[in-house]
Amino acid sequence: MMTPQNAMLEVKDLTKNFVKRLDMAGKIAQRLGSNIREETVHAVDSVSFTIEKGEVVGLVGESGCGKSTLGRMIAGILPPTAGGISFKGVEFTAMTQEEGEAAALAIQMIFQDPFASLNPRMRVEDIIGEASVIHGMTDLKERSDYVGDMMERVGLGREYIRRYPHQFSGGQRQRIGIARALAVQPEFLVCDEAIAALDVSIQAQVINLFMDLREDLDLTYLFISHDLSVVEHISDRVVIMYLGRIVETAPTDELFDKPNHPYTTALLNEVPRLDQRGIEYEPVSGEIPSPLDPPPGCHFHPRCPHVTDRCTIEVPVLREIAPGRLSACHLNDQ
Amino acid sequence: MSGDGPTLSVCNLETHFFTRDGVAKAVDNVSFDVDKGEIMGLVGESGSGKSVTGFSILGLVDPPGEVVGGQVLFNGHDLVGLDDEQMQKLRGNRIAMIFQDPMMTLNPVLRVDTQMIETVLAHDKSISKNEARQRSRDALGQVGIPSPDERLKAYPHQFSGGMRQRVAIAIALLNKPDLIIADEPTTALDVTIQGQILYEAQKLCRETGTAMIWITHDLAVVAGLVDKICVMYAGRIVEQGAISDVLDNPVHPYTVGLLGSVPGHNTRGERLYQIPGMTPSLLNLPTGCAFQARCPRADEACTAEPNITQPLADRNIRCFHPHLQEAAE
Repeated sequence: MMTPQNAMLEVKDLTKNFVKRLDMAGKIAQRLGSNIREETVHAVDSVSFTIEKGEVVGLVGESGCGKSTLGRMIAGILPPTAGGISFKGVEFTAMTQEEGEAAALAIQMIFQDPFASLNPRMRVEDIIGEASVIHGMTDLKERSDYVGDMMERVGLGREYIRRYPHQFSGGQRQRIGIARALAVQPEFLVCDEAIAALDVSIQAQVINLFMDLREDLDLTYLFISHDLSVVEHISDRVVIMYLGRIVETAPTDELFDKPNHPYTTALLNEVPRLDQRGIEYEPVSGEIPSPLDPPPGCHFHPRCPHVTDRCTIEVPVLREIAPGRLSACHLNDQ
Repeated sequence: MSGDGPTLSVCNLETHFFTRDGVAKAVDNVSFDVDKGEIMGLVGESGSGKSVTGFSILGLVDPPGEVVGGQVLFNGHDLVGLDDEQMQKLRGNRIAMIFQDPMMTLNPVLRVDTQMIETVLAHDKSISKNEARQRSRDALGQVGIPSPDERLKAYPHQFSGGMRQRVAIAIALLNKPDLIIADEPTTALDVTIQGQILYEAQKLCRETGTAMIWITHDLAVVAGLVDKICVMYAGRIVEQGAISDVLDNPVHPYTVGLLGSVPGHNTRGERLYQIPGMTPSLLNLPTGCAFQARCPRADEACTAEPNITQPLADRNIRCFHPHLQEAAE
């Protein structure tokens, strides 16, 4: 793997398992000889990648692939089961308390649902301003001005400062969520499906806002989405996940022009595009397997058109196939 | 059943919602035809009236909503004003609906076979339960569910999201309807699963001659699937025509803006075109063209009501200042 000079964020062998513990009835049944076991979901399975300063990395995958879990671990909301995350060269776990707090402020998250992620009983001024007062970016006297500036930066009028979230439309609420993240002056934004809930014309406005903010504030993004066309538009580099593992990462142009992994190829073929008319669909067969019971070997092998015996036994390693491009597929060995 | 006419012909349909704050014209003077075996895309943003149009055709609009005008001619017979009993004979039989959430169709406490057999028997008393089971099994097979015999005995929660949507589609197909109204059926699904559903839908319409209305907000989905498209804005159809014509040469400023704001391959690194402002409230529409406040071409003329014109062959629009120059080039 390449060793970047100014890696903003480095994720190494990051793993997250969710264990469904047995309840009392289950434990008794187990004692009595039933084959009930604790169920483990390998949501994120030994994932490594780096994000450089100023880069926009798109993280793509279908539901259940672990992309949101990965984003939440990076944002510090979920503790990892194993592996490490370094921010600006320092491991999360090795940080002093002050460093940890600084990192937590520098990494902010923007959520998918603009209806669920804002407290309905708080005014916009409090939603956006609360954290920045606590962390000393502003004080109570100047809070209104500070919040007003933030609102204007994301395209909301400062006259709305006394309103409640329910008085705004979906697109405006998402802007409030962005302003709340920006208010603590972050360097790194994790956007988890941040535009998925918005209408097409509003989506374009928010995408443009993200791009403007990137230039004005020198932000770095991890842009999590299931929508390949949005990712293609906004990202410099794309990471594709399938059932908890990274299957391919590449610069955006190369990935979309010449996908390497069969899953990426399948995904790209399935994306509806405006320039395709009256096409005959040739879908990928099969379902996404349950992460409770993923297939052995390469997770994609039951749906892969190029499957070999080796794929059903041996887990393919994510390795460099060209400068800056990584792929986890046995076909590259031939 | 009449022979050659379109399967469905909607003429000047008007559905209003009588709320405490005023009358919302959710569907305002909407007209379109769908022929046998044809797939029509009904596209719009949230609140544009696309779903209410679908509900109005099926007579599923609940108070305070009401179909106040126009005709819905299904095989030549007007559905507006039919009583509940007559509508029930058609619904699930000649006209079927597929919802965004398959759990709106499926009963979570009944097995799939119970629900499917019930659907068959409700409309055809002459066949036996075994024949009904046979037909259910065939329908599941038709939508690509593996081992349909075993799956018939499963409960809805034992299916994944994509499989549930297939079951919902299979139920819609049971009585070989002439028309299927699909309301955002793939919005909640993953890309690869969406591809499978689109494939099944396309195959069915081609093979069985079923007409279909595909309601969605996603232009890219309809681009590959449908034959013609209606773009709705604030309760009105602003542009309609054949899919390739509309996508290649949109003439209504809203369609132009909408297409420009779709990110993708050609827009990489550039700013997207953005339609300023937001969708207006239906309770508070400006007089004249509903799009005027967001339209770069609007002037005084737009405060009058734009009528349907046909500036190009096979293209209906409502606009005083269409992008005709660009379309000609």
